[in-house]
Amino acid sequence: MKGNPIWEVFIRSKNGLEHRHVGSLHAEDAKMAMENARDVYTRRQEGVSIWVVESKNITASNPSENGEMFDPAKDKAYRHPTFYDLPDELEHI
Amino acid sequence: MENKHKSLIDYLLILGDNSLILGHRLSELCGHGPSLETDIALTNISLDLFGQVRSYFQYAAELTGGEATEDTIAMKRVDREYRHTWLVEQSNKDFAYVIGRQFLFDAFHLPLLEQLVNSKDEMIAAIAAKSIKESRYHLRFSSSWMERLGDGTQESHQRMQNAVNDLYPFTYEFFEETATEKMMLEAGIGADLKSIETIYRQTIKDVFAKANLEIPDTPARKTDGKKGIHSEQLGFILAELQYMQRAYPNMSW
Amino acid sequence: MKNITSKDEAFQARIDAGEKIEPKDWMPEKYRKTHIRQISQHAHSEIVGMLPEGNWITRTPTLRRKVGLLAKVQDEAGHGLYLYSAAETLGISRDELFHQLHTGKAKYSSIFNYPTMTWADIGAIGWLVDGAAIINQVMLTRTSFGPYARAMVRICKEESFHQRQGYEIMLTLCEGTPEQKAMAQDALNRWWWPSLMMFGPRDEESPNTEQSVKWKIKRKTNDELRQQFVDITVPQAKVLGITIPDPDLKWNEERQHYDFGEIDWDEFWQVVKGNGPCNKERLQARNDAWNNGAWVRNAARAHAEKRAAQAEVSEAG
Repeated sequence: MKGNPIWEVFIRSKNGLEHRHVGSLHAEDAKMAMENARDVYTRRQEGVSIWVVESKNITASNPSENGEMFDPAKDKAYRHPTFYDLPDELEHI
Repeated sequence: MENKHKSLIDYLLILGDNSLILGHRLSELCGHGPSLETDIALTNISLDLFGQVRSYFQYAAELTGGEATEDTIAMKRVDREYRHTWLVEQSNKDFAYVIGRQFLFDAFHLPLLEQLVNSKDEMIAAIAAKSIKESRYHLRFSSSWMERLGDGTQESHQRMQNAVNDLYPFTYEFFEETATEKMMLEAGIGADLKSIETIYRQTIKDVFAKANLEIPDTPARKTDGKKGIHSEQLGFILAELQYMQRAYPNMSW
Repeated sequence: MKNITSKDEAFQARIDAGEKIEPKDWMPEKYRKTHIRQISQHAHSEIVGMLPEGNWITRTPTLRRKVGLLAKVQDEAGHGLYLYSAAETLGISRDELFHQLHTGKAKYSSIFNYPTMTWADIGAIGWLVDGAAIINQVMLTRTSFGPYARAMVRICKEESFHQRQGYEIMLTLCEGTPEQKAMAQDALNRWWWPSLMMFGPRDEESPNTEQSVKWKIKRKTNDELRQQFVDITVPQAKVLGITIPDPDLKWNEERQHYDFGEIDWDEFWQVVKGNGPCNKERLQARNDAWNNGAWVRNAARAHAEKRAAQAEVSEAG
């Protein structure tokens, strides 16, 4: 059936923190999605800011390609501070 | 002084009873809404209204003294002692009535609260200050649904127009000043209904235009809810609202 | 160890290793179907569960009880919504799921086919029915399907006040007048056995249990959960000072559990089959809400389309 699309809801719980995905809902347009998100997902003071985005507008990576997408990052330990050996007595570094 | 005290209590009832009866009507819908999202939204409004009722009635109970509580005031008065307007007790005939009733009330409620935040009575001012944000959202919600239904399908337009045709004649009652309201205005406690009416008619004009709806030119209904004369529906509302307090009096729950 | 495992075995290995399955991951068809069925049944139970409790919203004895009950029943709508959303990630729409409910094809928890006659029933439902539900739901926060587990985390967080609300209602009644206490006892008498039935048939008659345990939909069997519920609830009834209506109920020192009597399984199956006291009314109420809302949903859609078309025109101009 046409219409009644799904929207994804993202909420910033307080200033200084990022918006996080909290769930989804149905709405016919952005205004309705925003109102529904407010009524459904912030009843317990969960947020100070809401983003809604229609699900179909999200491009997601394909799990079957996870190997080539994410595994190559596995052996790049040199991107992490612990890769580098320094004497214990050294401070402020 | 005695008289002013009594009038203040009376005024709290006029303010609180609209929220009580409208909150009750909305609460009937919980679990029966047209979608889960709207069901939740309408219950939010109902909860806001009951929150306001509790504040008004706790204050009224304090002023009344004796055995009075928010619950005796909400549930133990007789029919003639309720002071709400006819609009809010109209039944949930269909979703267009629910939205029409809500919008026609919100458009009044918001400018009313905008005045009451400046009330000389600190308690009323504080209650208004808290309620005003709620009411602003209610008006936003009901206005956008007025638009959706008024300017949606042919069927929804017809239903919405029918609903406002029936409901609009009740709106004049908001602005018929009772002796209590006059006294409260003069004391710097109450709101000026005349100036609210100007704002009200403008809001109606704007939203009806966006919603593609005609403002009915039917005359005002001769109703006196604020004086305790109500429609035949009130008895049934009270039969439910008061059931427990009447069937099992003087118990804690 | 085999070098080449089948897709199914690899999938099971992921679950065994504690990995979560996400919607776009490959999954056996049976896993998908089972989850659609289970999650939607759970969602339906939330939505139908609004009805017996909603029955008392306009008649609560106090305003404090009114806002508490309204907020609770509203939460159930929210929980239904979260769960339908989780089911929708598996490629079925909420409309289809509603259709299954409305046509009687889908099941929901049988407990909601019993009537709420008195105010004490609202207390008993909160205490017993929510109590039983929590046991199931806490277990489900660790289930293998990510969206289901996340919905359950949110639901459990929100539900924590529901059972307390119910128990407080019962406690107030039991500390009240003899008439009030009798009302509480009567409610316990009527809701106790249906609450035990909420955990489903006995293990030997529950053919899906093994598969459900493998997929971590279940971590304990029906009978284990039922026992857990009885053990938790009996002391709570003692605090209230009311009697659980089971003459066979007694502490078993050896098992370190309560023994309890036999559930009326004929009643259980009758209610499951649709012959409970209120099955018909519940389905009717859901159908009415849906049918009466059709023109509203259509209007919202038509309005959105109109506005979108107007926006396009003004952009082009």
